[in-house]
Amino acid sequence: MTDAPLLVARNVSVGLAGRPVLSHVSFALPGRSLVALVGPNGAGKTTLLRTLAGLLPLTGEVICEGRDVAAMSLRERARRFAYLQQGHAIHWPLPARDVVALGRYPHGASDPTRLGPSDQAAVIRAMEQADVVQFADRPVTELSGGERSRVALARVLAVEAPVILADEPTASLDPRHQLDVMQLLRTAADSGALVVVVGHDLGLAARFADQVLVLAEGRLVSHGPPSRALSDQVLSDVFRVAAFRAEHQGSALIVPWAGQ
Amino acid sequence: MSRAEASATTRDMVSAADQAHRGTLIVIALAGLVAALAVASLAIGPVRLSPLAVVDALFGRGAEVYRIIVQEIRLPRAILALAIGAMLGLSGAALQGLLRNPLASPSLFGAPQAAAFGAVLMIALGLADVRSFVLPLAGIAGAFVSVFGLLAVAGRNASLLLLVLSGLAISSLAGAATALVMNLAANPYIVLEISFWLLGSLEDRSFRHVVLVLPFIGVGALILWSSRNAFRVLSLGEETAATLGVDVGRLRLSVITGVALGVGAAVSVSGTIGFIGLVAPHLMRPLIGPDPGRLLLPSALTGAALLLAADIGVRIIPSNSDIKVGVLTSMIGVPFFLYLIVRERRALSGGVI
Repeated sequence: MTDAPLLVARNVSVGLAGRPVLSHVSFALPGRSLVALVGPNGAGKTTLLRTLAGLLPLTGEVICEGRDVAAMSLRERARRFAYLQQGHAIHWPLPARDVVALGRYPHGASDPTRLGPSDQAAVIRAMEQADVVQFADRPVTELSGGERSRVALARVLAVEAPVILADEPTASLDPRHQLDVMQLLRTAADSGALVVVVGHDLGLAARFADQVLVLAEGRLVSHGPPSRALSDQVLSDVFRVAAFRAEHQGSALIVPWAGQ
Repeated sequence: MSRAEASATTRDMVSAADQAHRGTLIVIALAGLVAALAVASLAIGPVRLSPLAVVDALFGRGAEVYRIIVQEIRLPRAILALAIGAMLGLSGAALQGLLRNPLASPSLFGAPQAAAFGAVLMIALGLADVRSFVLPLAGIAGAFVSVFGLLAVAGRNASLLLLVLSGLAISSLAGAATALVMNLAANPYIVLEISFWLLGSLEDRSFRHVVLVLPFIGVGALILWSSRNAFRVLSLGEETAATLGVDVGRLRLSVITGVALGVGAAVSVSGTIGFIGLVAPHLMRPLIGPDPGRLLLPSALTGAALLLAADIGVRIIPSNSDIKVGVLTSMIGVPFFLYLIVRERRALSGGVI
């Protein structure tokens, strides 16, 4: 873990259509870590992620690698934040290889058939990490949901950005694919990136994350290592659940349980 | 990485290069087809000329009467067919890329109709004769307002249903406004002139017309062409494209501007010629693949070939009076559109394409 935080949010507030969605969110996150962003529906998780990705106007400051994100050009920002949208739609039946190659667009590689050596190497690395090499020539629209989500992840990895923002990457995946995706993001974090994952599965969050951010009604209510951030108090106040806790093969286990 | 994986990866990269190579071959073949059709367009008419005589006349050799026929009567017509067809094909491909939607096209969105209204208004008000620069400017303004209005009404991430409904409304409004202008026109000859012009034709156009529209078409085409790589990124949706560094707002504005410049200027000399923008990208998609950035140039060439062929067709088809080329493209284009609807029916009834 590096000493200087990679990504800092100071007093970030966001309003959508005049309604405040996030108010005064502040945190500092280091590189080489996986951070789970959790909270009930409507808490502002996706809004926070989209704000960090630069998609929404905000008051306050977001600082990445010591620089104010608002002062960056679109391309500078695109090289620092790789964003995996929820549902990750692909509108044309492009071959998987071309989709992954789009991750090099922020680096100036605009044509997937004319990649420079470094871009090509990055695309190959990303496709191997996500295990999608065998689909390279297949149109993404013909792949199964699990396969498609791996292609989308490979596209995100190909950016080789210091910050990866993933919005519900495990939604609508079977248990095996959920674990695969989380493991993949864990590996990306271990090799140096800051990975912020929005999700509803507290069990996955507890198991894979170094830190957990808990949002409720647009405010950051809890932040810390999983067992502390997801304390019984937080679970009952924010999620209105109790939890069964255990430890299995060295990782924390949280199973939500309906409380009183 | 195992050896098998390594070779698989190398093969993938090779096949990507193959695909680009194939695209180049198709573009060369299309360019050849367009050149052949252009020569045919110079040769065919009331006076039939051999290709050799055409080439002679082009370079100022041969009988003077042939030189006049080829250089002054047929050459402007062929240049206009080529440029306008290419612009319509390019506009269709660009709009389909921007909206990530295979049924988008200028004519479905009311752009030619709105451009026609702009031009008709100028003619009826007596502000312009058919050779003035005011006409293309009015056409461009009309097309810009219609496409801009369409995207504003339909909103970002609009579904096909919204786009088509808004397009229908806008083209009906433009049609009604044109009808009103003709209705109120004092001079019956103007009405007749306008109504024939609305049918869409390339007959009796001179180099004056070429000079009138070519600059606008050139600039419009350049603007659309420069957006080609952004269309590819847009395949991932507007939000993801924005996080990859595409300025989506600017892209939309430049596509609207490019389409308006090209289609508006084209309509102001040729009248409304529809459906080439819809058909051309569709013919190319099975050959080139779905990549919207790669479809632009082949679609432009296909558009040029289609309009050249249609304009030759109206000269060959025997009839008592001239068939207008705009009538012919619609007669072919509308059934093609119906066929596309049938083909895409399942996706369309799902509502979210």
